[in-house]
Amino acid sequence: MNTYLSVWKLRFVSGLQYRTAAIAGMATQLFFGFVFIMVYVAFYAHSSAQPSMSLEQLATYIWLQQIFLAFVMLWFRDNEIFNLITSGNIAYELCRPCGIYSFWYAKLLAQRLASAILRCIPILLVAFLLPKPYNLTMPPTAATFALFVVTLLLGLAVNIAISMFIYISVFWTMSPVGSTLVIAVIGEFLAGMIIPVPLMPSWMQAITYALPFRWTADFPFRVYSGQIPQSEAVWGILIQFVWLAALILLGRWCLKRALRQVVVQGG
Amino acid sequence: MIALQGINKSFKVARRTAGVRQAVKALFAREHTIVEALHNISFEISPGEIVGYIGPNGAGKSTTIKVMSGILVPDNGTCKILGYTPWQDRAAYVRNIGVVFGQRTQLWWDVPVIDSFGLLRDIYKIPGDVYHANLAMLTESLALTDIVQTPVRQLSLGQRMRCEIAASLLHDPKILFLDEPTIGLDAASKIAVRQFIKRINKERGVTVILTTHDMNDIEALADRILMIGKGTLLYDGTLNDLRSRFGSKRIVTVDYREHYEPVPIDGVTCLSWSPERAVYSMDIEVTPVASVIARLSEQVEVVDLEVGTTPVEELVLELYKEHRI
Repeated sequence: MNTYLSVWKLRFVSGLQYRTAAIAGMATQLFFGFVFIMVYVAFYAHSSAQPSMSLEQLATYIWLQQIFLAFVMLWFRDNEIFNLITSGNIAYELCRPCGIYSFWYAKLLAQRLASAILRCIPILLVAFLLPKPYNLTMPPTAATFALFVVTLLLGLAVNIAISMFIYISVFWTMSPVGSTLVIAVIGEFLAGMIIPVPLMPSWMQAITYALPFRWTADFPFRVYSGQIPQSEAVWGILIQFVWLAALILLGRWCLKRALRQVVVQGG
Repeated sequence: MIALQGINKSFKVARRTAGVRQAVKALFAREHTIVEALHNISFEISPGEIVGYIGPNGAGKSTTIKVMSGILVPDNGTCKILGYTPWQDRAAYVRNIGVVFGQRTQLWWDVPVIDSFGLLRDIYKIPGDVYHANLAMLTESLALTDIVQTPVRQLSLGQRMRCEIAASLLHDPKILFLDEPTIGLDAASKIAVRQFIKRINKERGVTVILTTHDMNDIEALADRILMIGKGTLLYDGTLNDLRSRFGSKRIVTVDYREHYEPVPIDGVTCLSWSPERAVYSMDIEVTPVASVIARLSEQVEVVDLEVGTTPVEELVLELYKEHRI
């Protein structure tokens, strides 16, 4: 079996063990989804301006965030990799005949997939069954849905490429706290995880459009609700590819530099 | 097979003295010192050798192993192993080596050992039949049958170390680097590990380089020792040469049938005496052991006799003293 597939499998299988964490996660995500929608319902009821996103689209946007949280959040972290770097166990990874970037990428991908698969279906069901306007609506057409799946998976790929920088930064900082905090807070905000991007002021939207973060969450979720038309979505996929390639190239370059001056910690 | 030539490696270490004031000062101006971990290290190792690499803590043993296994890039110098420069041809090179770091683990903590082995099989792309043959050999000779199904976190240190060694040999490496493989093990596990290392060296011709602080490891395994102190290579030769360099002294302990007078022998110091046992110390360059035994058996009825050499630890301490480290 291919190396990366193999590490993916091992990580995936061990990720599926954490059932209690999954149940707790589900409860939290349902709760947050509900609270966020309630807040927006209140805002919409008292707003005189015409919002750029209907309440129905908004509820869908929020539920998708919660369902695919493991795909889109930057907080998600693999402590094993952090420990590897700070404790010096990286020594073993370095004497394997495979690229560390791809190896870690496969590991992170597996972890997020395992976590999402354990949680998404129950939340999905609950979100569908809720009364209006709290419910998750179906995508308008099958083509939209197909585009959504493609953009979501590409978004996941971009997200892991971004999170890889958190791990690489630990080679210099020796502590994951700072970089996780900075990248996660800024990144999740710019991805529309706090305020949906369409509800941001237009100058801020311009900033988010210029950065990779929104392509991981905001973009696929709006493709789902049809708020981004299909023709635009196809262009978006192209941009996702460009970001993915750029981030991976940059990440590989940074990791190479980090490894050239690596100090294996602790003798 | 392995040739190091003029390897230097230094690390930049931030340091400050204790205390709040110093800590605040370090916020603005941090002092660095350059620590020379390796200084002009050169040696060669031929196929099939077992080489013991010894030296005090912080001498640069592990750093050398890391340079040789392609993990660290030295500041300058050349290193050719099996025709590769480890840190340049890393991916191609590491296929040919196995590494065990006694203080670290390469096995996945939460899954059974066998799953980690399976991952290694895929990483090294070991063909199925080779993998099964090696796995069978390793489980048999390291007595792993009962533990490969257990998650690593539930293994004892000795069990884990045996698994680590097995993990580093699954892909038929030509060279095995062992960095303190017996650290923290009990006597039985140490012996098992040593016997195993000897066996794969004999049967498979694996070249072994091991670092250790346990001189019994060296005595049991190494044909040749390299000694490093403060980053400099101090000694390269066999254990016997080292012995003869410092230890031309022998201790002879004799048990004999009751004899109520001390037996003096010319040129030999009698360390202790009793009616049934005497201990003599001699310099074999002045008085050979054989002549002492001959003299003794003329006068007493020898029951048992033991010739001891200076323990390796003391030889090493002598070397440290000689080089002032």
